[in-house]
Amino acid sequence: MRFVDEYRDPDLARKLSEEIAGLVEPGRKLKLMEVCGGHTHAIYKHGVEDLLPDEIELVHGPGCPVCVIPMGRQDDAIAIAERPEVVFTTFGDMLRVPASNGSLLDAKARGSDVRMVYSPLDALKLARENPDREVVFFAIGFETTTPSTALTLQRAQAEGIRNFFVFCNHVTIIPAIRAILDSPDLRLDGFIGPGHVSTVIGIRPYRFIARDHGRPVVVSGFEPLDVLQGVYMILRQLRDSRSEVENQYSRVVRDEGNALALRAIAATMELRTTFEWRGLGFISQSALKLRPELSEFDAELRYELPGVRVADPKACQCGEVLKGVIKPWECKVFGTACTPDHPIGTCMVSSEGACAAYYNYGRYAGRRRRHPAPA
Amino acid sequence: MARDEQEVLDAIERRRRRPVRRLLDAHVTLAHGAGGKSSHALIEALFLPELGNPLLDPLADSALLEANGVGPRLAFSTDSYVVKPLFFPGGDIGELAVNGTVNDLAMSGARPLCLSAGFIVEEGFATDELRRIAASMGRAAREAGVAVAAADTKVVERGKADGVYVNTAGVGVLERTVELSASAIRPGDRVLVSGTLGDHGMAIMIARGELELEVELQSDTAPLASLVAALLDATGGVRVLRDPTRGGLATVMAELALSAEVGIALDERALPVRAEVNGACEILGIDPLYVANEGKLVAVVAPEAADVALAALRGHPLGADAALVGEVRGEPPGLVLLETAFGGSRVVDMLAGDPLPRIC
Repeated sequence: MRFVDEYRDPDLARKLSEEIAGLVEPGRKLKLMEVCGGHTHAIYKHGVEDLLPDEIELVHGPGCPVCVIPMGRQDDAIAIAERPEVVFTTFGDMLRVPASNGSLLDAKARGSDVRMVYSPLDALKLARENPDREVVFFAIGFETTTPSTALTLQRAQAEGIRNFFVFCNHVTIIPAIRAILDSPDLRLDGFIGPGHVSTVIGIRPYRFIARDHGRPVVVSGFEPLDVLQGVYMILRQLRDSRSEVENQYSRVVRDEGNALALRAIAATMELRTTFEWRGLGFISQSALKLRPELSEFDAELRYELPGVRVADPKACQCGEVLKGVIKPWECKVFGTACTPDHPIGTCMVSSEGACAAYYNYGRYAGRRRRHPAPA
Repeated sequence: MARDEQEVLDAIERRRRRPVRRLLDAHVTLAHGAGGKSSHALIEALFLPELGNPLLDPLADSALLEANGVGPRLAFSTDSYVVKPLFFPGGDIGELAVNGTVNDLAMSGARPLCLSAGFIVEEGFATDELRRIAASMGRAAREAGVAVAAADTKVVERGKADGVYVNTAGVGVLERTVELSASAIRPGDRVLVSGTLGDHGMAIMIARGELELEVELQSDTAPLASLVAALLDATGGVRVLRDPTRGGLATVMAELALSAEVGIALDERALPVRAEVNGACEILGIDPLYVANEGKLVAVVAPEAADVALAALRGHPLGADAALVGEVRGEPPGLVLLETAFGGSRVVDMLAGDPLPRIC
């Protein structure tokens, strides 16, 4: 497949893998965090860890949009979905996220009108086609998905659509990275920076990581070769005792980001004072809400929500997984009480969640060396 | 105290092998119909305790019956069709309902003889469309060499069914001595597929028009009985046959690995997948290994039979793109591994969740 196969070339991968092996100091362990869930998914799906030396440990970061939504917000979403006048629209992954009383899929089975969409524009289309219903879009995601919500809001406003509402849960990546760097639990040697988020925000916002924390950042693409090259570029910085923000994904990411997308976000949304993240707790100025001028589209103002902070189930350690403090398999319920078919925590739901990726794809990792892969 | 990775992995494997005794869900959700783990839980924890018997318990594509030990054994199977849209590139619900049950019978090695057809029609459904569906069932039945020997029609109020649902059941006769069973699988056996993967599921997704992808893609719905006959005529080395419908190749292989207590290694580079299917999957974040097929089979064959079996498949019009895609290993028991085209490896497990509702 053009534009894909060239980033999955096994011969290039082997060469890069050898060069990476040449850059590590035997016995000196390095912890690199891939911030973005898209990377986590690619790493397990393509078996990228098989091509890395034992010295390198990839630590999975908080950049999984489904994973970071706290239980209380999911309860709010279900409360909206249960209203008889509402058609509740959501990305597929959110359907299965457990809340206090089951998931959106369960709410649907109990009679709520919950529909999966691929884009907020699909939700807006539903609103146009069903003028007697109230169509609510469950907006989640980092700066990657925020622009599409912003543009949809602008279009709804321009068309004067009155029955479309957004339940806004958009979050921003920088405060989450900051929280991880400030956390005493974890010593990281470098970051594989988010690719798609950076197409919007550019690479400058990561400078504090290199400057204030002395850690290399390489913004990387999502093909397995991109990830390998990202690792290689971090190791080169470490070898040269540099800490800079580099852009491996320059075929897509421009240093300054996408001004048009940023303007659309700024025109429709503003920072919340604070927002709760699953596992990371409340982080100030880390999420967006609709601007007052767009309050007529704001589901949080339209509907009465429980708005209660709900603690995660006691056994669930998604928070520690999201911070990279523990590996998925170190969680007390991983693979036993919490599985992809009956998830307890969000990390086991999303295909970008570290637990789901490890469970579905990476489970063999521990035995791999004793029983090599097929020739 | 951190858990030991190996212990955790072992615990997961033990758990995967245990039958599901308790259904945790209070309501049926779409996931229970998707053919993955939730479907298994529903069958094992709800239906089998009430309906289980030696004929049903193996949960094979067909039950094998013996009429008082007299005459040849019979294969018996049933399937219901709720596909949306009813008409799609490459076929429609009628053709699918015939081919699906014909294929379930064929996978047991039987020659399909006759089918029953049950129609649940929604009030207001256009008779023209119903006639088209009946006509295409007739054509498919003739092509597969089966008779529709019994039929039933029910009409339900508007809004209580989505146009039309079709159920078919079928009977076939086992004329061969070969025992096709997962328990016959041995380390060293080879895994063959009869053609490109994911065509049906992806054609349906695109036919729904929700994705606004412009791709020319046809369902692969086809009756496989003659392909099976050609394969079984060519070699006695076939261990087991499966048709990878809902849940795709991944789910079938995971089921075989678990029930035969063997490891199965698949080679991603050898998997035949059309560029269009690959491209659409890439955009949607779906793995073609999990996408449904309605005209393909998987054969596990003895190592010495692999070449003959592959040639037999390729010599048939429905097997022209057949490929050798993997082999059976002793280790790790119960697990399917995929060597990725990139040079790494990963586990292939049954599907959890439901990316493609109502594909068949």
